[in-house]
Amino acid sequence: MADKQKLIVSFAPFWHNGSRVTDRSLQILLAASPAAFFGIYRFGISALGVLALAVSSAVLWELAFTRVAKRPVSVGDGTAAVIGLLFGMMLPATLPWWAVITGTFLAIVVARQIYGGIGANPFNPAAVAVAILMLAWKQRMDIDSALVNYVFDFPAAFPLGAVKAFGTGAIKELSLIDLFMGRQVGGIGTICGAALSAGGIYLVLRGVIRWEIPVSFLAGAAATAGVFHAVDPLRFASPAFHLLTGFTLFGAFFLATEDASSPVNFIPMLIYGAVIGAIVVFIRNIGVFAEGLVFALLVGNLIQPLLDKIRPKALGKVE
Amino acid sequence: MTTKNAFWGFGLPRLEHTPLPVGSERLEAIALPQTVTLLHRRPEEKKAIPLLKTGDAVKTGQKLSLYGNADYVTSPATGKVVSLSPVTGNFGRNLTAVTVATDPQENFDGEFDAARSLLSLDAAGKFLAAVPGQPGLERLTDPERPIKTIVVCGVDEDILVVTRQHVLASRLADIQHGIQILKQLTGIEDVVILTRREAIQGHGSIGGRVMGVDPRYPAALPLLVMANVFRQEVPAGRTCEDKGFCFISAEAVASIGSAFSTGRIPVVKTLTVIPKDGRIRLAQAPIGTPIGAILKHFDVTIAEGDRIVFGGPMRGTAVFSPDHPVQPDTDAILVLDAKAAARTSDYPCINCGECVRVCPACMQINLLVRYLEAGKYEDAEESYDLNSCVECGLCSFVCVSKIPILQHIMLAKHELVRMRSTETLTETIDG
Repeated sequence: MADKQKLIVSFAPFWHNGSRVTDRSLQILLAASPAAFFGIYRFGISALGVLALAVSSAVLWELAFTRVAKRPVSVGDGTAAVIGLLFGMMLPATLPWWAVITGTFLAIVVARQIYGGIGANPFNPAAVAVAILMLAWKQRMDIDSALVNYVFDFPAAFPLGAVKAFGTGAIKELSLIDLFMGRQVGGIGTICGAALSAGGIYLVLRGVIRWEIPVSFLAGAAATAGVFHAVDPLRFASPAFHLLTGFTLFGAFFLATEDASSPVNFIPMLIYGAVIGAIVVFIRNIGVFAEGLVFALLVGNLIQPLLDKIRPKALGKVE
Repeated sequence: MTTKNAFWGFGLPRLEHTPLPVGSERLEAIALPQTVTLLHRRPEEKKAIPLLKTGDAVKTGQKLSLYGNADYVTSPATGKVVSLSPVTGNFGRNLTAVTVATDPQENFDGEFDAARSLLSLDAAGKFLAAVPGQPGLERLTDPERPIKTIVVCGVDEDILVVTRQHVLASRLADIQHGIQILKQLTGIEDVVILTRREAIQGHGSIGGRVMGVDPRYPAALPLLVMANVFRQEVPAGRTCEDKGFCFISAEAVASIGSAFSTGRIPVVKTLTVIPKDGRIRLAQAPIGTPIGAILKHFDVTIAEGDRIVFGGPMRGTAVFSPDHPVQPDTDAILVLDAKAAARTSDYPCINCGECVRVCPACMQINLLVRYLEAGKYEDAEESYDLNSCVECGLCSFVCVSKIPILQHIMLAKHELVRMRSTETLTETIDG
């Protein structure tokens, strides 16, 4: 036994299904891109500028923070780019550069890295950033005032703003098909329901996100909107209108499904989605904001740890 | 079998227990090597002196008890002891490696043959503890855990492993005799034979009820068989024996049968060998054969970074040397190319929930792993069902962050046991 060969050992299991964090990030970027490109087509070069700045500054904030905090450099996993893109897609196309950079700072550093980085953020980072910007620079985040210099070949008022101010009479002209195909104004990447749904369904089918959250989200929003609409059809818009305007589809597929801040068990996922969906419509119909999805989402994130207490009985557990 | 995710990843991964390949009736016989090595448990005391010394002659089937206690190994060959050396096993277990230079002239030990006709269960345990399949007969005589049902496992617990299935398919007479002996010695009448669900036919006449197990991994693990086949969930942290069930591998039962019918202690182990190409081969080799000799037989070369695993890909144990010997419970030898072996990382949990959805024990692994990484094992046990784990490895298999979750769980269980034994020790000394 002179030439003793020593082998590398490792622990079971010796197989892995090959999934990687980077792949998930790439899938999300890919799924979000049709809606983002549609936004660039609709709002032009300034939209491209906002998205590019959002993605690049998010990546740079992540890099800078991990360097300063002496944490392992994690920009390679693509999650910072995902947060940057999703954040950018909710912004009006005219938002100034300094607001974009502040926003990505809030998303990456404040909402994510301070809490411990990937997997540890209690709130959706992109939603935190948008919520703070909405409160800090109300005018600049307001779709109607931000897009005042644009000329469109369709009604150029933010649909949710119009219905909030003038009731359902103001949105009579809007066809649901037009809204679904992106003939509306809004955040850069949130206006084309067709592209968002395609991206979201793609993510569900690839196993990156789970169907329970978007489905219960949309069902919760539709049901709540249905009740409001039935009570006062002149003041409150129909469920279909609520699903196709604002951030609804974007939020259901891309925001609420964020891993760290959403539950993992079946029933909690359903409750989580439905609660956010319901609060979205509450805020829109009787709250201060025309579009309060990010606030609804933050409430959902807040109750997530509680929801995950609802769990199936473990094998052999003695009560 | 492909182990990677399909392009469309909707739903759960589907891993199956490998069925016995068609045309695998013939076993490749590995010749008796020049030396065999047996691993004998070594007592804690530093200066325990083995009763055996270098140069002692041993016979095939001879019981070698090194320290005068209940532990022993069975020599698989006739020859001379050439070395006795201390080695460390998994989880720091103290072992003594007994190396025997084999003599082609076989000479069988007659002690068991002379005693077999008047044997009691206790006495049988004094001869048969180290036969192929490792029956663990002491479990049948524990007065605190009376056994009602003996479960003969004709299913293998890991993927790619087909050893027990092969034994069940090819050694019916031995198993039948083994069951008869077990019934006789223990007085336990209820015997269940576990097979794959589709292979349930043809085993009715060998002396027990036949029950089928789902082919989907990890349905063949005893704790899941208890819950899903027998509908008797074992409380977390307890054993099947606590519920009155004793799982014995089909090979161990066959070994008992053959020992009693021939009067010779069986020493040849059936093995599933899975070289890097993934083609399943079946072999038989004397216990104590170094893996290197088996791999040489199949023309497998080992390169830098390759893994040699005792057992299957999900639950096996990597060994660090090709000199490591086949042991009574070694059902499979898996060789993995350096590139094919899973890597782990120190990336944090991203809370994707894949582990939670795949866990057959319904554990909240996303939360559990945070406690385990922080070393808070008691909290993990108390609030996050650490003891419900059936150790199937699926959580690590699907982990996007490649966290070695199963390793964390095993370490936590080990540490808790160690902590408690130290506590009891201190209490005894204080009291």
